Amino acid sequence: MIEGWVWKYGDDVNTDVIFPGKYTYQPMEPAEMAEHAMEDLDPSFAKGVKTGDVIVAGANFGCGSSREQAATCLKAAGVAAVIAKSFSRIFFRNAINNGLPVIELREGIDEMKKDDSVKIDFENGIVIHEGKEYHFPALPKEVLAILEDGGLIPHVRKALGKA
Amino acid sequence: MKMTFAQKILAQKAGLDYVEVGQIVEITPDFCMSHDNTAAISKIFAKIGVERVKDPGRFVIVLDHTVPASTEKYALGHKEIREFVANQGIEHFYDAGVGICHQVLPEKGYALPGALILGSDSHTTTYGAFGAFSAGIGRSEMAVLYATSKIWLKTPESIKIVVHGKLREPVTSKDLILKIIGDIGADGALYKSIEFSGEAISEMSQASRMILSNMAIECGAKNGYIAPDDKTFRFLEGRAVREYYPVYPDPDAQYEQVLKFDASQLGPQVAKPHTVDNVSPVEDVAGTKIDQVLLGTCTNGRLEDLRLAARIIDAKKIAKGVRMLVLPASQEVLLDALSEGLVDTFVRAGAMVLNPGCGPCLGAHQGVLAPGEVCLSTANRNFKGRMGSREAEIYLASPATVAASVLTGVITDPREVFEGGAK
Repeated sequence: MIEGWVWKYGDDVNTDVIFPGKYTYQPMEPAEMAEHAMEDLDPSFAKGVKTGDVIVAGANFGCGSSREQAATCLKAAGVAAVIAKSFSRIFFRNAINNGLPVIELREGIDEMKKDDSVKIDFENGIVIHEGKEYHFPALPKEVLAILEDGGLIPHVRKALGKA
Repeated sequence: MKMTFAQKILAQKAGLDYVEVGQIVEITPDFCMSHDNTAAISKIFAKIGVERVKDPGRFVIVLDHTVPASTEKYALGHKEIREFVANQGIEHFYDAGVGICHQVLPEKGYALPGALILGSDSHTTTYGAFGAFSAGIGRSEMAVLYATSKIWLKTPESIKIVVHGKLREPVTSKDLILKIIGDIGADGALYKSIEFSGEAISEMSQASRMILSNMAIECGAKNGYIAPDDKTFRFLEGRAVREYYPVYPDPDAQYEQVLKFDASQLGPQVAKPHTVDNVSPVEDVAGTKIDQVLLGTCTNGRLEDLRLAARIIDAKKIAKGVRMLVLPASQEVLLDALSEGLVDTFVRAGAMVLNPGCGPCLGAHQGVLAPGEVCLSTANRNFKGRMGSREAEIYLASPATVAASVLTGVITDPREVFEGGAK
């Protein structure tokens, strides 16, 4: 179970505003990527985000480019999970592969506001907000295994006996 | 059991007789594409602890995103990629200048019917126009493919989009895909496989079909398939790197939705800032002042796009105060445009012709926008900040609309200036 404070955004948050294209082909460590997180959507995010915070958003979060930094920068910024009505498929994969939990939630999102507290019970698939419980489906076991290993690279290292 | 294209090809690649929607399969892609991000991917690959790329022949690498390098950092990235491909024996390498990956893979014969192609670029969907299953993936996944050649994919639901009638010049497949995305929304095909069909698609050139598949990702699709036909096979003559085996959906496969559009009733469309699904008929935005136009990119940088624009520009000059950038999708396109006199038309009109590559489309270099500026572009994305300043605005349209507008300095209905047009 984790508890975090909400950063709230709308529908179709694209990867260009999460991590601008002008930085995409510059070599950069995750900590520096975090300084640009959400730069073109919410310049207050990178300065204000704290470890354990949770992003809550509408439909199609992470649409657009395949740039993996969109997931890496949020993870490095300390984001504990992204809860959204739906995710673009490439962002969804990138998030899992970076060890960033992504939760597809159909209900309750419209009620969640910035700076609210949300609790996430990953084991039982429950998000708790203002006393209400919202259930989310468990990830397929193949996918969950990647998340549990902390991302794709540690997962593959383990599978190849390199870990 | 009857299968859609996505089910059929994923079953085939997984060595199964049948896969159901939602089933996760492990497959080995026929080809994997990466571009300037190969520098970052090679560093992730190094962390896995495997020395050698397992099967170098599967990988195609094209330098296109920031070419020629405009900063020392980009130059270093390119240098690292050249060293990586040399050390790993990756022969399918196309250095800066050959073209944009999504034009180079078809031209060089990798975009094959029945192939499964993954790329660390979202517009990898483009090869669906050749009957391939092609989708974007992330950098870590590409690094793992270097090491293992294996990846998991989930079998998507499918949407069939049937387009009746014929497009009327100067209306193009760009207008059609903008209309489709405007109607179904940026998440209208999320996680799903689109199959385009109907009279309008059969009538279309191979280049026009590529625009539909290229932009399928803009409504969230995993891939955008078009059944390969004689036009496809002719294009691939002398290009295909190996034999290929087309895959077609079963006639009575199950679709999550069947959507119908009428091409004969369609007029020019424009996507307004700042999302691709914010689409209006051109009439609604006509008169909007523009500072720059971009003709080209992996969406509309092919010979037929340049021909259409040159036909409209003819011997006229671009409007005062407007900058025009022309970005051919490849060296092959540029050479053809030169021999047909199209480059002459653009330069005499006052345009800047850039080298083949991604140019300013992603805001990294070559013609980025200042705050308050408006760009009318044939590219595929108009997100806030995409082409430079987050205070700039990007409108998306067809080559015809862009060419008509660059002559007036405001967004203009191409039917007003197109000789023999429908209006």
